[in-house]
Amino acid sequence: MAQSVFEWSWVVENRGDIWAQLAEHIVLTAVPVGLGFLMAFPMALASIRWPRLYSPFLGVAGVLFSIPTLALFVVMIPFTGLSKATAIVPLTLYTLLILLRNTVEGLKGVPSHVREAAEAMGYTRTRQLFRIELPLAVPVIVAGLRIATVNTIAYVAITALIGQGGLGNLFMDGFLRQFPTPLIVGLVLSVMLAVAADLGLLGVQRVLTPWRRNPG
Amino acid sequence: MIEVVTNLVAWFADPINWQGPTGVPTRILEHIWYSVLAIVLAVAIAQPVGILIGHTGRGGALAINLSNAARAVPTFGVILLTFLVAGIGLVPVLVALVVLAVPSMITNTYAGFRAVDRDVRDSAEGMGMTGWQVVRRVEIPVAMPLIMAGVRISAVQIVATATFAAVVSLGGLGRYIIDGLAQQDLTQVLAGAILVAALSLLTELGLSRLQTAIVSDGLQEESQEASMEAKLEGTTG
Repeated sequence: MAQSVFEWSWVVENRGDIWAQLAEHIVLTAVPVGLGFLMAFPMALASIRWPRLYSPFLGVAGVLFSIPTLALFVVMIPFTGLSKATAIVPLTLYTLLILLRNTVEGLKGVPSHVREAAEAMGYTRTRQLFRIELPLAVPVIVAGLRIATVNTIAYVAITALIGQGGLGNLFMDGFLRQFPTPLIVGLVLSVMLAVAADLGLLGVQRVLTPWRRNPG
Repeated sequence: MIEVVTNLVAWFADPINWQGPTGVPTRILEHIWYSVLAIVLAVAIAQPVGILIGHTGRGGALAINLSNAARAVPTFGVILLTFLVAGIGLVPVLVALVVLAVPSMITNTYAGFRAVDRDVRDSAEGMGMTGWQVVRRVEIPVAMPLIMAGVRISAVQIVATATFAAVVSLGGLGRYIIDGLAQQDLTQVLAGAILVAALSLLTELGLSRLQTAIVSDGLQEESQEASMEAKLEGTTG
């Protein structure tokens, strides 16, 4: 049986399904990273204002991050069955540690003379946060978003075992039929998606921080 | 919900689940066996490379970029693809686990070597140490917090990810999750998840003890920092 390792004809015939899985993969990445940021951001602001909160927040996020992915996915099944939420809730929780820490470190990294200058210019605390500190923290915050996004893209594939999966369904398809083509397509697209998302976020950072573009 | 908990308690209390080739002790030993093999292989591959590029400073950028790119490769897919190529056996699992662990070990060891103070290195050379002596007696001890952080995080990732061995017909604690899912036996699935989570948390605790023991007393604070960094950069299965 002369079956070649990679068959283009399969890709051409199934391009509709491949696109659909890719789109699904993007949704299953974007929603958790977005939700994770919506949760981590207020937690970070609270940690700045009340520093005593930071350590327990970080501890909880750290323990969640240490739970093996497949274990956390299946623990969700009694609550959410095999729905999308079973994938989205754990994926969101995994992003918290990175997003929380980078947002806090980014905000803390604003030099004190900058803060004092803003205060001397009569900025209120809120205005100072949104006009001075957040823009300066953007590179560190985006660095966190990039790590969280690349990690999430890799984790999404695992959810194929619990009936979700995006490109992970192509992995399972190739595996179950002993047919490498879908698996290779899924792997290549997954890596390309991670690279594209990483570069895209880097682009967002450059747009948000025009003053860093031409150093010197 | 209460039913789920009572079923779980019953599962763990049932002597059947603690005996024979499908019992918890056997599954734990299998899981540890795959993990230890992968950790040893990964250390044997990654540390010489990390030490070489760290000591010479050459090839560092390439290694870091490759490692970052490797984070984007889903381990789950690597296991399944290697399985199609190599067939049933330890090879697919070990390949995937080693591919998962090597990048963070190399980048951490490299970063540890790079962080060694130039003056410290220079004075070691000034005292007449040879290149190898500088590596062994100065650079490795000073870089130890980062080297250990890399090993620790990779090891925890390996233990967590060894769960997928069950997907390609091997044993380990993943068996309960995969078989449970196939048989729609939620209790078994959850028991497996609890066991895997417990084993990786224990690995994390054990290795953080080991890290404290190995790292020089003067570098304990750096050691904690380094572990946090490594954890954030790493991926689990």
